[in-house]
Amino acid sequence: MATYKAVAVPAVPRLGERITQDTVYWRGYKTPVQIKEFGAINKIDFSPVPPYNYAVTASSRIHIYGRYSQEPMKTFSRFKDAAYCATYRDDGNLLVAGSEEGSIHLFDVSGRAPLRQFDGHTKPVHVVGFLSDKYRIFSGGDDYASYLWDIPSGTDIVSYSEHTDYVRCGCASKVNADVFITGSYDHTVKLFDARTKRSVMTIEHGQPVESVLLFPSGGLLVSAGGRYVKVWDVLKGGQLLVSLKNHHKTVTCLCLTSSGQRLLSGSLDRHVKIYSTTSYKVVHSFNYATSILSLALSPEDETIVVGMTNGVLNVKHRKPEERKEKSQKKRQPAYRTYVKGRSYMPKQEDFCVSKPVKRVLRKYDKLLKSFQSSKALDAVLEPPIRLYTPEVTVAVMQELHRRGTLRSALAGRDEKQINLLLTFVARRVIEPRFTSVLVTVADMITDIYQPVVGQSAIVDRQFLKLQEAIGKEIDYQEELLEVLGMMDTLFATFTQKRATCLEENKSNGLNRGY
Amino acid sequence: MDGIPIKTFTVGSKLLALYALASSEDSVFVVIPKSGERDTFQLVSVKLTKAAGQDLEAKELSVVLHGVGASPKSIAFGREGEYVASVKDLNLQVYFFKQKQLNRFSLSAVKTKGGNNHFTCVACHPTEDCIATGHADGKIRLWRNFYHKKEYTFSTLHWHHDTVMDLAFSIEGTSLLSGGVESVLVLWHNGSDCRKDFLPRLGSPIEYISMSSDGALCCTLHTDNRITIINSNLRFSKCIQGLIKTMDVKTGLVVDPRTKALVLNGEPGHLQFYCLQSDQQLFSLDIVQRQYIHQAGLKQTDLVKVAFSAQGKWLATVEERDEVTDPELQLKLWFYDEETQSFKLNTRINMPHEDHVTDMCFRDMDELEDDSLILVTAGRDCVFKVWVMVEDTDPEAQQSVSWNCDFVGSYHNYQATNCCFSEDGSVLAVSFEETVTVWDSVTWDLKCTFCHPPGKIRNICFGRLTCSKYLIGATDHGFLCCWNLLSCALEWSAHLNILVLQPDPLSEYIAAVSWLSKESSLFVFKPNEPRPIYIQRNLCKEKIQLAAFIPRDEPETVGSEKYLWLRRSQLFFLTDTQELMTLSTKSLEERLTPSSKQLAVEESLPVTPFSLLLGKHRCQQSQQDIDLGKRVVQNKHEQDSPAVKELLHTPAHVLPSASFLCPIFINSLLISKENKSAEVAADEVEMESEKAEDESDEERDITEMEQEDTSPMELLGEMTCKLSKSQEKELRKIRKTDYSWISAF
Repeated sequence: MATYKAVAVPAVPRLGERITQDTVYWRGYKTPVQIKEFGAINKIDFSPVPPYNYAVTASSRIHIYGRYSQEPMKTFSRFKDAAYCATYRDDGNLLVAGSEEGSIHLFDVSGRAPLRQFDGHTKPVHVVGFLSDKYRIFSGGDDYASYLWDIPSGTDIVSYSEHTDYVRCGCASKVNADVFITGSYDHTVKLFDARTKRSVMTIEHGQPVESVLLFPSGGLLVSAGGRYVKVWDVLKGGQLLVSLKNHHKTVTCLCLTSSGQRLLSGSLDRHVKIYSTTSYKVVHSFNYATSILSLALSPEDETIVVGMTNGVLNVKHRKPEERKEKSQKKRQPAYRTYVKGRSYMPKQEDFCVSKPVKRVLRKYDKLLKSFQSSKALDAVLEPPIRLYTPEVTVAVMQELHRRGTLRSALAGRDEKQINLLLTFVARRVIEPRFTSVLVTVADMITDIYQPVVGQSAIVDRQFLKLQEAIGKEIDYQEELLEVLGMMDTLFATFTQKRATCLEENKSNGLNRGY
Repeated sequence: MDGIPIKTFTVGSKLLALYALASSEDSVFVVIPKSGERDTFQLVSVKLTKAAGQDLEAKELSVVLHGVGASPKSIAFGREGEYVASVKDLNLQVYFFKQKQLNRFSLSAVKTKGGNNHFTCVACHPTEDCIATGHADGKIRLWRNFYHKKEYTFSTLHWHHDTVMDLAFSIEGTSLLSGGVESVLVLWHNGSDCRKDFLPRLGSPIEYISMSSDGALCCTLHTDNRITIINSNLRFSKCIQGLIKTMDVKTGLVVDPRTKALVLNGEPGHLQFYCLQSDQQLFSLDIVQRQYIHQAGLKQTDLVKVAFSAQGKWLATVEERDEVTDPELQLKLWFYDEETQSFKLNTRINMPHEDHVTDMCFRDMDELEDDSLILVTAGRDCVFKVWVMVEDTDPEAQQSVSWNCDFVGSYHNYQATNCCFSEDGSVLAVSFEETVTVWDSVTWDLKCTFCHPPGKIRNICFGRLTCSKYLIGATDHGFLCCWNLLSCALEWSAHLNILVLQPDPLSEYIAAVSWLSKESSLFVFKPNEPRPIYIQRNLCKEKIQLAAFIPRDEPETVGSEKYLWLRRSQLFFLTDTQELMTLSTKSLEERLTPSSKQLAVEESLPVTPFSLLLGKHRCQQSQQDIDLGKRVVQNKHEQDSPAVKELLHTPAHVLPSASFLCPIFINSLLISKENKSAEVAADEVEMESEKAEDESDEERDITEMEQEDTSPMELLGEMTCKLSKSQEKELRKIRKTDYSWISAF
């Protein structure tokens, strides 16, 4: 003997984006704060020490922002022309920046005037950075040269001029204090060791390199240039691990999350893509208003800061962790009411009477169980079900249709109820998942209430609305069919070519065979 | 109850119903067709003569009522057999035996939407003069005062919306049970319309209702070959079911590779797993998962196709609801969950095809890896679709798979009717009306086509093992064709109207059932030779709808060459009258012997402590009885003698050669002369009374012996158990002898 089976509400797969843990994580940011800078933002760098201030290089200034401040906490504006690539040292005390005139400035974060100035580049310096021993600086400039500077003495240690085009990006290894890499517009990434006179490794990226990045382990190298993001295995001598082509414009910046699990890339196509570093698949993507030039992520992914070509700085803060405990709305019964009698262990001679488990049925199910079709339909036309879970309403309608009682359930309703029904049908009939059922319902309603058309202005209006909705949908479908026809033609030509190509091959093979 | 007929009476005509009354022991009432008139039946009383003999002829027939219904439900006997009530069409006849008075009551015909008001069944109150009748429109009428032709009264009870199939009064007559198509058992209290109880959702329409004589239980017989036992307080108690009968087995006969059970449509919307060996339903899998409304003329979702993957890990089902405006079609894929030991729904695909799904098959690869698993469905919408499993690519996501459509193939806009994978899974054959197309299962390129006009393809299958290069097809114009896949040419064809084509999964044999001149014939052949190796003409008179090869647990030793093809698997058929049949390799006697052998083994089961205790107790009791000089009828529970028991329980490898044992065993079957005398037996009993318990059995047998001298028939059973003491000892000695020296050789 079977128990009553509740109406199964069909779950329809959600179209579009799938909800994964990543989407949930990356959606957990507040609405962005927009800060206007003076020019295109070419670099954002987070201080590696709390409170994680960040330096924004735009035009001829370097602004230091606090975590939640909208105004710069500090400004370095001692540049005659554009400043580039303001970068923090590992301890967060020093800041180095290149400039349009070719000189490199070293600042104390708490001070104002530059501590050191390194001159040697003849062209603008677009990339500077500290080596991980904290006492040396590397730089790359538009004069195709890369320099290594000694901070205490303020002089250059070594210079390399192996690139044949502008050096626009670079990165120091965190593992080895002597190793740094530079990427250039000559399509190559070069790995230098300060102890040698020449580059140690050259990687051919294929496009002008806009950004390079080393994994914290130092084993993997990521380069971005053109539309490609490429991951290289340095330890295997620069073997290409994976090539990602997820942007449709030049990728300008790269960034790793603090855990190293995710790689972010920003591009001129206004997107930031987030890749998993295990599968190298895009797990999430952000959309921005304009082309992205620079991108930075604070430690613990607390803040995402994105700099645009139009000088807008977009700052997103992470939402604080939601507190699970809601305010004590409803007092739960005391603990002892739960455990009352539960701890009693039946003795051997006890006769146990098991209490049948009571199944809780929804109201419409109870009504359907007792074959009260009309009331069941009323129950699912109540506002909360009708508005928030229309699939339940439609599922019950379908069940009634299956039972052959839909017509009688729809019949005998007054003006208000017909109005309600028609509103629902007119609104939902165009949804593909409901169409098949609701068309039947609409059909029946028009059938049943045909004689009373014209007696009530409200109902008439709803009928017109329904007609309009269906008419629109038909037009839309027709258009879609046209598009489909066009696409079919295209596909047909495509496959035919392939088929002929195959046939040729076949005939060739036959000829050879004979 | 031993199931042995005591007497057989021959009435001489077809008996349609039989009633035996407690009040008249010497006669029974039967319904027989009236001679000379078709579809007219009469109730006659048959006098049972008390003459000696097994087979008797019952010649004394006296007609009680003319023009009764053929159904046993249409006649009921009243309180203490005083009257009989019979219903047919619109008439109720009541015949009083004592007064020899016949009262007829008729209703005026009323046609309503629900049906007419014809009588369908009748039941009489056990203690009062009250007759309950059920009607086709769902009403129940309670008739009283029917002694008077005019002043009779009746009250109406109405709950059923469809025909009342059967009625039954409770033993005290306080309540009335009724059942019908709704599959709800209704309990009416005191014959009033307002107080009633229900037992709903009994699974299928109720055909008969019957009360046990003590009134504690009630049982309902359902249309789907099932008996439900219900407590008197309307609590479901037990269900007796074997193969659930359905109107139409749309799924075909499928074998579950895991349990080797036969899988077919069960309850509406369910799939039944039926174990052939134990004649039991293993379980019923709810596929549709929707409330089934038992109402005639309602189009409901039903299961139409089932396919198992080779390992039984995946199950694919297709369910359909035939409706002009809003047809529903669902393809469901179920995964076998090892933990719960049942199938779990994995993927549900709405409208896999625009039209009916005609065939479905998995790529049958015995490999364990899942990526070779492919499902192909063929549809009447002129395409076949290939479904593959896709893994969720996100490594962080829960590791789960789902099914997706991978390829859609079509051929000149013909309806796809059948699909079938070759044994190695490299080639897929899909039949499109008159043409068979062969596809590469990797690239999904059309490789070649076969056609044997005229006639559409009805069945296709690939050969197996050594015959895997052949493709067999049957057309509805009565041709069986065999194509060679290597030469792409017709190898042979035969003119046969094949209904069923079933390859054996374990051998290269293919069984084909043909339908010719109103009889089904079976042909078994190997694809590589056009001559069938086995022909069974006139298999049965019914059309055979489906067939299935069930793999045997172990290959059977088949004596005759003729049945060699049945060595690995057994062939089962399902006829259009829903009868399941099989082909046995053995003759009737051979088939019966194993069952008796089985019984022998069961009887020689080792004694349990309880039986030992009981035996001891009985032994003492019998001793007392003997001392008192009484003759007691004992429970004739047969026990083997210890000698035979020992013979059966001794491992075969320590037993001496059969030739040595044979005389002992044969001797043991003889009745030893000295036991015949009662005195000796009694003496022995006294002598042995202090002996070990295991000998008590024999002693009881001996005591039984003396009583049974009167009936030689019953002795036969015990004869085997006799073994003289000396022989027994000898046998024991043999057992104890050390044969380990044999192993030295």
